[in-house]
Amino acid sequence: MTARIGVVTFPGTLDDRDTQRAVRVAGAEAVPLWHRDKDLKQVDAVVLPGGFSYGDYLRAGAISRFSPVMESVIAQAKDGMPVLGICNGFQVLTETHLLPGAMLRNESLHFVCREQKLRVENADTAWTTDYTAGQEISIPLKNIDGRYVADARTLDMLEAEGRVAFRYLTDGEAADGYGNPNGSLRDIAGITNEAGNVVGLMPHPEHAVEPLIGTGRTDGLGFFTSILKKLVNA
Amino acid sequence: MARVVVDVMLKPEILDPQGQAVQRALPRLGFEGIADVRQGKRFELEVEGPADDAALARIREMAETFLANTVIEDFTVRVEAGS
Repeated sequence: MTARIGVVTFPGTLDDRDTQRAVRVAGAEAVPLWHRDKDLKQVDAVVLPGGFSYGDYLRAGAISRFSPVMESVIAQAKDGMPVLGICNGFQVLTETHLLPGAMLRNESLHFVCREQKLRVENADTAWTTDYTAGQEISIPLKNIDGRYVADARTLDMLEAEGRVAFRYLTDGEAADGYGNPNGSLRDIAGITNEAGNVVGLMPHPEHAVEPLIGTGRTDGLGFFTSILKKLVNA
Repeated sequence: MARVVVDVMLKPEILDPQGQAVQRALPRLGFEGIADVRQGKRFELEVEGPADDAALARIREMAETFLANTVIEDFTVRVEAGS
């Protein structure tokens, strides 16, 4: 028996199909979930994929937060169900306050779409155990509301508790994927909750799971193999 | 019917690159003397019935939970004069 991983589709979601595919490439079963349906179909974990849910009206992720499916996701995440938010999904997770802080318009005001280098800072979350702490990976990034902000006290807490899960690598040329692409405070690319079951990041692991596609790297596959191992061994 | 206005602004410590871009454009357009610009959102709510304390309390709750993200934004609620 394999794990069942739900992938939520909101109106305006773009990356649900790629995410479902990444789940299958890792060897798990992908279960489509619909924003108006509270029923999570007994999945073992949920991914909130990227896109522009509800047009990003008001604020990115602000309206999705109140959708019926999120009521169930929030409740079960608090009970320990693994949840991964990618890009717009990360924005939804901050709006729900499952993760602290907020996402704002990129400092450059430009939409950024490129290969991005980052460092896995925390390899103990439900979604990162197939990486090693300090490992450097390169996966696509594409956003305009990607600037992570939080007050200094929250940032210090995240650092002290090892909850900065991913950080942009800045020591290199932009053309090679280095640099802070959006002005995120302390170069934060992704964070985890205290329990390690809820993780959000701006770059897109689901776009880097097969050698045939993109830059040929499969650096994103580890997210999906990590969760599969956790669920199957549970 | 009464009109209630909710203004939502980024907190002062949050960088506002959109406001900065507007401020930088002003001299090019011949508008001198503006030292800083902060950009925000304004919501105009048409209330069914009077804008009494109970209605305003609900609107504050609405602003707190939905119209503003209080992690990054402050809001004010006021009844528009003449309504």
